[in-house]
Amino acid sequence: MLPIYAQRRLVNGFNLAISLLTMGFGLFWLAWILFTLFKYGFSGLSLELFTQMTPPPGSAGGLLNAIAGSLAMTLAAVAIGTPVGIMAGTYLAEFGGRGWLAPTTRFINDILLSAPSIVIGLFIYEIYVVKVGHFAGWGGALALALIVIPVVVRTTEDMLRLVPNSLREAAAALGAPRWKVITLVTWRASKAGMMTGILLAVARISGETAPLLFTALNNQFWSADMNQPMANLPVVVFQFAMSPYEDWHKLAWAGALLITLGVLGLNIVARVLFRHKMQAD
Amino acid sequence: MTAFDQPVQLEEGPVTAPSLPQTRIVMSKHLSDAQLKRQHWLDLLFRNTTLFFAFLVLALLAGILISLFVGAYPAIQAFGLKFLVSDSWNPVTEEFGALVPIVGTLVTSFIALLIGIPVSFGIALFLTELSPRWLKRPLGTAIELLAGIPSIIYGMWGLFVFAPVFADHVEPWLNDHVGPLPVIGGLFIGPPMGIGVLTAGIILSIMVIPFIASVMRDVFEIVPAVLKESAYGVGCTTWEVVWNIVLPYTKAGVIGGVMLGFGRALGETMAVTFVIGNAYELQKSLLMPGNSIASALANEFTEAVGDLYTSALIELGLILFVITFIVLALSKILLMQLRKSEGRQS
Repeated sequence: MLPIYAQRRLVNGFNLAISLLTMGFGLFWLAWILFTLFKYGFSGLSLELFTQMTPPPGSAGGLLNAIAGSLAMTLAAVAIGTPVGIMAGTYLAEFGGRGWLAPTTRFINDILLSAPSIVIGLFIYEIYVVKVGHFAGWGGALALALIVIPVVVRTTEDMLRLVPNSLREAAAALGAPRWKVITLVTWRASKAGMMTGILLAVARISGETAPLLFTALNNQFWSADMNQPMANLPVVVFQFAMSPYEDWHKLAWAGALLITLGVLGLNIVARVLFRHKMQAD
Repeated sequence: MTAFDQPVQLEEGPVTAPSLPQTRIVMSKHLSDAQLKRQHWLDLLFRNTTLFFAFLVLALLAGILISLFVGAYPAIQAFGLKFLVSDSWNPVTEEFGALVPIVGTLVTSFIALLIGIPVSFGIALFLTELSPRWLKRPLGTAIELLAGIPSIIYGMWGLFVFAPVFADHVEPWLNDHVGPLPVIGGLFIGPPMGIGVLTAGIILSIMVIPFIASVMRDVFEIVPAVLKESAYGVGCTTWEVVWNIVLPYTKAGVIGGVMLGFGRALGETMAVTFVIGNAYELQKSLLMPGNSIASALANEFTEAVGDLYTSALIELGLILFVITFIVLALSKILLMQLRKSEGRQS
């Protein structure tokens, strides 16, 4: 065999082996992080986590107010962000054929999708917290809603584009006006896909910490008033993990496990839903 | 879409219904006139509502830029361009300069890319060319799960698990073996504390890998099979096909993916905040603590007293937003270019 062939084979084999190693490298971190999380998180799980408030250092407690606050703000954020996202996404997919608005919006939306979330927090601080004069749960919900919007816009547009044009044409041929074609035919046909988008958006915001730091802040006590500073899981985890107290660390790990299980669970449900829809088509 | 914009062409004449009684036709005509008007009006309303919300997304970006600029104005007025090059950050004397956080942000992101790009390339290569078909989906999903883990988890793991291991096993080795080297040696000399710029960069690299790898995988998959098959046909090895055919073909997309990862790394907050050490001193060594824009904001914003202090922090946010905006816009443009040229060729 000529040496050039041997050399090329060697290079090929070496680089492919490296490629295999990089794959292992990626999986290694995933395994290490998840292992740590389960190890420390499960030892902190208990019933008190869901029945008691966040404690002062040195005493026992749970994360009830933080869990409730996170749920309330996530719900409010989805309620605000989803309609905006769906309408904007509908414009891009159904009406945005010509003109400058649709391409520009699509471009800006993709950038907002990856924009630093801490800047969103600053923005809400400037336009909401400064105006009302105090940190509040609504501020947190608004900041999260601004993160929901680009995700929903993007998935709504993608999903509506998957609806075959013949469906729209068939409805139009029956004399249905445009708004009926969209609401009764196109939206319905892409219901599963749009749900996927909303779930992904929820998954995205349930782990977000940065935008809540200057908007909802935190609250050590039970608070059902969205006009007051509100406890929430990510900020509590941040605060407790950065503290020097051992029992706070334990709660932080338990909270971190709850967040991760929630986020990964939502991701999996969204995938299954989407795959189910793809197979149904 | 386009099907609606074109006038409907009927091949036969309009359908008539001569068999229906005259009165019913008249009645239904009256009804449909009113209905048509109503539906036309509803159509217009619906269209303009969606248009309004699409416009809202645009306005959001403008709103963020304007409000940050307004918030940062006192600091811009007080420090001017000196803000960008001064390395003093003193809340007591109200002297603020953004150099340390800007350098920290760029250096950590750069380290993240240095590790992240080759690894992502390897992963994308494995997923598109090497992996058995049945393993593709589970492995791809596993890598995407890395992107799903919230950044605060990376931060906690970095602080409590990774940093101690790094301090005990890796940093002393770096001190002993890389430290004496010329030129780059100085970057790796310092007390083995575990936290610092290098740790933040490494954790960031794990976080950007799924973003870069999934873009690379997606663009590798659009390379026409004919191209690859012809290369294999003339005797290329798998590596040669990837390096000489796939990579040049998807150049724009690959760079776009890298820029996307860069944009993500620049704005990442929580993971960096946990491990970077939050120190305002410009250090040559990567093992020393530093600061990044996002972690400075996360650590100090709620505790900032005085308008100038708050304003300086908001100006940091503005700088971060402008940098990430440019990087992400470049990424998007490159990815769009690839898609366009793909459309031309097929």
